[in-house]
Amino acid sequence: MYEHDVIVVGAGGAGLRAAVAADEAGADVAIVSKLHPVRSHTGAAEGGINAALREGDSWEDHAYDTMKGSDYLGDAPAIETLCQNSPYEVIQLEHWGMAFSREDDGRVSQRPFGGLSFPRTTYAGAETGHHLLHTLYEQVVKRGIEVYDEWHVMNLAVTDEERPEDRHCHGVVGYDVASGEVSGFKARDGVILATGGPGQAFDHTTNAVSCTGDGQAMAYRAGVPLEDMEFIQFHPTTLPSTGVLISEGVRGEGGILYNEDGERFMFERGYANNDGELASRDVVSRAELTEVNEGRGIEDEYVHLDMRHLGEERITDRLENILHLAEDFEGADGLDEPMPVKPGQHYAMGGLETDENGETCVGGLYAAGECACASVHGANRLGGNALPELIVFGKRAGHHAAGKEMESAEIETGQRGEFERATVDSPVELGDPGSFGDAVADGGAVAAGGTADPDTLLEDAVEAERQRIDELLNTDGIHHSEVRSDVQETMTAKVNVFREEDGLKEALRELRAARDRYEDVAVQDPSTTFNTDLLQTIETRNILDLAEAITVGALARKEFRGAHWRAEAQERKDDEWLKHTMLSWNEGDPELWYRPVILEGENKEYEPKVRSY
Amino acid sequence: MSTQLPQQESEESTAEEAAEPAATDHDHEHTGGPRRDVGDKTTDTEHEPADTEDTREIRVFRYDPEIEGKQEPRFDTFHVPFTRGMTVLDAVIYARDNFDPSLTFRHSCRQAVCGSDAFFVNGEQRLGCKTQISDLEEPIRIEPLPHQDVVKDLVVDMDHFYEEMEAVDPYFDPDETPDGELEEQRQSRANREKVKMSTRCIWCGACFSSCNIAAGDNEYLGPAALNKAYRFAMDEREGDGKTQERLETIEQDHGVWRCQTQFSCTNVCPKDIPLTEHIQELKREAVKSNLKFW
Repeated sequence: MYEHDVIVVGAGGAGLRAAVAADEAGADVAIVSKLHPVRSHTGAAEGGINAALREGDSWEDHAYDTMKGSDYLGDAPAIETLCQNSPYEVIQLEHWGMAFSREDDGRVSQRPFGGLSFPRTTYAGAETGHHLLHTLYEQVVKRGIEVYDEWHVMNLAVTDEERPEDRHCHGVVGYDVASGEVSGFKARDGVILATGGPGQAFDHTTNAVSCTGDGQAMAYRAGVPLEDMEFIQFHPTTLPSTGVLISEGVRGEGGILYNEDGERFMFERGYANNDGELASRDVVSRAELTEVNEGRGIEDEYVHLDMRHLGEERITDRLENILHLAEDFEGADGLDEPMPVKPGQHYAMGGLETDENGETCVGGLYAAGECACASVHGANRLGGNALPELIVFGKRAGHHAAGKEMESAEIETGQRGEFERATVDSPVELGDPGSFGDAVADGGAVAAGGTADPDTLLEDAVEAERQRIDELLNTDGIHHSEVRSDVQETMTAKVNVFREEDGLKEALRELRAARDRYEDVAVQDPSTTFNTDLLQTIETRNILDLAEAITVGALARKEFRGAHWRAEAQERKDDEWLKHTMLSWNEGDPELWYRPVILEGENKEYEPKVRSY
Repeated sequence: MSTQLPQQESEESTAEEAAEPAATDHDHEHTGGPRRDVGDKTTDTEHEPADTEDTREIRVFRYDPEIEGKQEPRFDTFHVPFTRGMTVLDAVIYARDNFDPSLTFRHSCRQAVCGSDAFFVNGEQRLGCKTQISDLEEPIRIEPLPHQDVVKDLVVDMDHFYEEMEAVDPYFDPDETPDGELEEQRQSRANREKVKMSTRCIWCGACFSSCNIAAGDNEYLGPAALNKAYRFAMDEREGDGKTQERLETIEQDHGVWRCQTQFSCTNVCPKDIPLTEHIQELKREAVKSNLKFW
């Protein structure tokens, strides 16, 4: 067994920042990640990092834009924390040498981004995430922080008290990909999940194949509620054949969207008369799909994004990476022709419920980054707001887990404070009766009793994972990839940009069928050496739980807010729905409940307004 | 084990002139002999798609130290249905998900930024996700990166590469940072431009694998690590003392002077980083700084 004060799971932007913060606070911290840190998906982020750095801008304006962008479903304390801290964290990255794009006076450049009232997006070319990731990893190397790379975390060691709020996390169970060794990682002070989003629940996604939401699924099954999972961001500009992302930076710099008739539809068809192409992402995605659905798409599939008028010099200076992506993955020369684009799954606004210090309702368990929901993004995330979330909340979680004194959080977690219970009108049984027999092997809380000492708890958790692996390796059955592709097709067909009740119910039926088939899944590669077949089989289980949570949220929320559009209710209903959708695993019998949104900020109350751009 | 099988050695030398003869060497060595059932499936006609379908033949290196039949390296042949825009990574994913789930390779982002899937494709180091099948001659040979130990199939042990990367103090180290928490260190656009290409490295290891010097000298820092050193040595925000220290690091016995400017690293870099030029520039800087201390 390995032992550290703080264990960080995942090594993207949030995980690395959390580890550096815990180290700075004096903790013995280690990172456990299924990928080597530089392989993490943060590296694919292109556009930038929002920070109110300049005269004429303020954190208050950034907070206002973010709240408006969230369609009033973000929690003010989380949003204000993000906006107040982002400038310091961006400059911290700059002090660590990050290769930001620069102005003539040598200061960090900023550009306009969708939904922002000020050009406050700092960037490093169109490869900001790559630079952020490598800069943070450099700091991890500098500090000699221990990294267990290519160790796949299979489960959390969480006690099994009845109420999740009484449970405690004492560590994780890791699987060494190279050797097949299963080992416990005991965390004396805290476990921080920074495992990214569940993009692989969809088949047209900008997300890496590693984005299977492992941390979300493990913590969900151990008792942490999933919050606002129905809010999935579909990025308006992804390449049709692969889902590769074309940065919002292209539109930020002046790129224009055209339909088949050559109309600049964002204006000419009235989707966003003021901001046009730079309206919020959900607005642009719906506009594009409407154009396609009404017969004005190109090849009935996509629209054109044209940046030729920006000129070669400006494109090469600020968007060079886009030229390479369009050429390599779509065969389009962005200097010479418009690029084909269509909406693709890009980001999950929801996630593991945390407060503004990254703490979940389970003691000693934290989450930060895309896997968490503080909630900063509410119903729709603004471009350039994901990367600051990683560094701001990664740092806070790292500090808090390491025992640094911090202001207590205003946001409640778990079923405490004000909340209401609800039921889902599902046509099928939800959750999981237990494909591997019991909650332990399922990756749920460990039945060790509230009084069990951490070592015993961890040993039991390790043993349960060994059994699970053993069973998966030693049975005959179907291959997980059949189940995974079914889930992805269902989600993209029925839980996409446009959603309607019958389709969502059908999706739940199909997910139920996929779950049932998963019970017969078997790993076909018998090797203990780099067994990706085993790991992907386990990831598919995680995808199943999260796909269901997304669909349940989408079915429950009968309104149109931000990224969530419902055919039956095409308007925002503030009287009824200024509340977060919460889903608790409840030992395999998912329970729906709601918690009110916090619109009360530090100095003001955010008043819901019509969101027009 | 290593990919440096004797036959591969000879093949490497011929690969530049002609890929064809090299491929036949391998036919003989690795596709015959006993096969596991999964391997059989791939050559059975029933597992080939219908005749009308346009397929491409890929021949993939297989090895697993603990699985009978895979302990001796071999090549498996897969006939993969071709679709427009299909990459080498798409092809091996298809083969894995439809023919043999034990086929193993690293991959993640699918867009040439995570650097996981550098393979040796038709005798050249390439990123699988960035290499179009339509640009390659058939049969397409897909092997693990040469000069690194093979863990399994296309997965190589990257530890040595990471050690070299981390041997050059790969982090920004200025003498001082501004006092104000919100005060920036200024960097000129020209200086940012100078280091820009060097910061694009995705640690895929293609350059390191292509380098003859690295193959022969286990302690040679190699092109990627030297490029990382360049990235900081050329950054105007670091102090002269630190720059001097960096130049001493790269001037060591197994540093820049081992580079024989063969340009193989530059030729294979998927991010078009002018690695050889960067190494040459470091040599010049090292000479200049030595003269200064005379």
